[in-house]
Amino acid sequence: MSILVIAEHDNSQLKPATLNTISAAQAIGGDITVLVAGGGCAGVADAAVKIAGVSKVLLADNAAYGHQLAENVAPLVAELAAGYSHVLAPATTTGKNLAPRVAALLDVQGISDISAVESADTFKRPIYAGNVIATVQSSDAIKVLTVRATAFDPVAAEGGSATLEAVGAAHDASNSAFVGEELAVSERPELTSARVVVSGGRGMGSSDNFQMLEKLADKLGAAVGASRAAVDAGFVPNDMQVGQTGKIVAPDLYIAVGISGAIQHLAGMKDSKVIVAINKDEEAPIFQVADYGLVADLFEALPELDNKL
Amino acid sequence: MKVLVAVKRVVDYNVKVRPKADGTGVELNNVKMSINPFCEIAVEEAVRLKEKGTVTEIVAVSIGPQQAQEQLRTALALGADRAILIKSDSDLEPLAVAKCLKAVCEQESPDLVLMGKQSIDGDNNQTGQMLGALTGYPQGTFASQVVVEGGKVNVTREIDGGLQTLALNLPAIVTTDLRLNEPRYASLPNIMKAKKKPLDTMTPEELGVDTAPRVTLLKVEAPAQRAAGIKVASVDELVEKLKNEAKVI
Repeated sequence: MSILVIAEHDNSQLKPATLNTISAAQAIGGDITVLVAGGGCAGVADAAVKIAGVSKVLLADNAAYGHQLAENVAPLVAELAAGYSHVLAPATTTGKNLAPRVAALLDVQGISDISAVESADTFKRPIYAGNVIATVQSSDAIKVLTVRATAFDPVAAEGGSATLEAVGAAHDASNSAFVGEELAVSERPELTSARVVVSGGRGMGSSDNFQMLEKLADKLGAAVGASRAAVDAGFVPNDMQVGQTGKIVAPDLYIAVGISGAIQHLAGMKDSKVIVAINKDEEAPIFQVADYGLVADLFEALPELDNKL
Repeated sequence: MKVLVAVKRVVDYNVKVRPKADGTGVELNNVKMSINPFCEIAVEEAVRLKEKGTVTEIVAVSIGPQQAQEQLRTALALGADRAILIKSDSDLEPLAVAKCLKAVCEQESPDLVLMGKQSIDGDNNQTGQMLGALTGYPQGTFASQVVVEGGKVNVTREIDGGLQTLALNLPAIVTTDLRLNEPRYASLPNIMKAKKKPLDTMTPEELGVDTAPRVTLLKVEAPAQRAAGIKVASVDELVEKLKNEAKVI
């Protein structure tokens, strides 16, 4: 078997989800090629050749791929995919945007968000907001998969010595264009790769109160997350949402403050190693998954916790 | 301009879905069914574009069983002008659904296709992107803002780390995220009026679409349960446990 992994990057840096995706490729087994498609992304390819377990890196460096527009990148991947048994991408917003477009160009039914590899054609994935785990088997010649990063341990970023090959193919559909982007700028670690995550829910009561969480997060070197309820209430922006339809996280320590624990939220954080819940409602479902639960008013417990750490 | 809105009949989002005891599927007997929440947002967006005068006709389409008529009637009550049901009693995969929608696009020639980013049953998040590949239309997925101007649609997308805006040539496909809008409730007079709006029925076979499944569902099971831990009595005890027992701080 031969597996093509689509690297996630911003033209300057390889994103960690790529390493988890390569780990899923190793679980399938076979020769692993990584595709770095972008604009001015040669440095990313140089990093990719060092990843453990990768035998070849393909570099498709063209301005048309610079913003990962699916209209341009999907035909490139579909063209390259002919030589592979599997095409894998991380189940990030970039991977989810691209992979189905590739699958349809290949006339195959992709499989989204796999959380386990049973065999080369059989995978597990969560459905119904994580309430149910399905085991599915693909009969297509090329399997196009997106990979839930938190379900696979990352491979080492160093230690490999893959060959590097340039891909000349230029695809420019010219029917979509990048206009702009507003990325959250934060000194804190990225939510999906942080070792510690502090999250707030509706119980935080207001946007201003999230500063209490930010203070605690800075002390712990943590990222700040939120439940859908807190996002819907307008306390924080949507890119902080942890849950089935938001970010999936699995840090060493997850501290849930004022979060009741709707299944939607649990689906996004229940693989965390240690879960702490602080909530004044002792019946809150979050306590059913928490290793350490503290039934308390968060407005008293948070400052106290901040002082004692 | 003309908008095609795809809607799906799914288990209502308030229902807690459980696997059947024999693991062959999920328990769907006597379960409340509704329009997929992301699709409802797509309908609402189409209606708002019509209210602004940008859109002249809204065609709602659903691929599903006969009962999916109920969800199409909901879309009609919310403001769609007419509806098409592509009747299939088996649960079609995203690729087959995208092929049906492509056939409808060929018949209807919409300027814009609005659909949910994913359905809350299969959580696949594929159909819009697949329709893009099959039609060659550009795609604006996970939309939080949609602005139609000058023969293009500007779509602001919810991406990891923030927001991205793309300009797409029409016709284009837009898939909706949660915060694009808050759908209205259908009023009783509009529900009554919706019963008289046209609803055509066809089949995938009539459209020439091969819907043979590519993926076999082998088993469904409940997720591994995480055992509940302990309740601590105070912040002091919590800090002590995290330092000395869990050793995470």
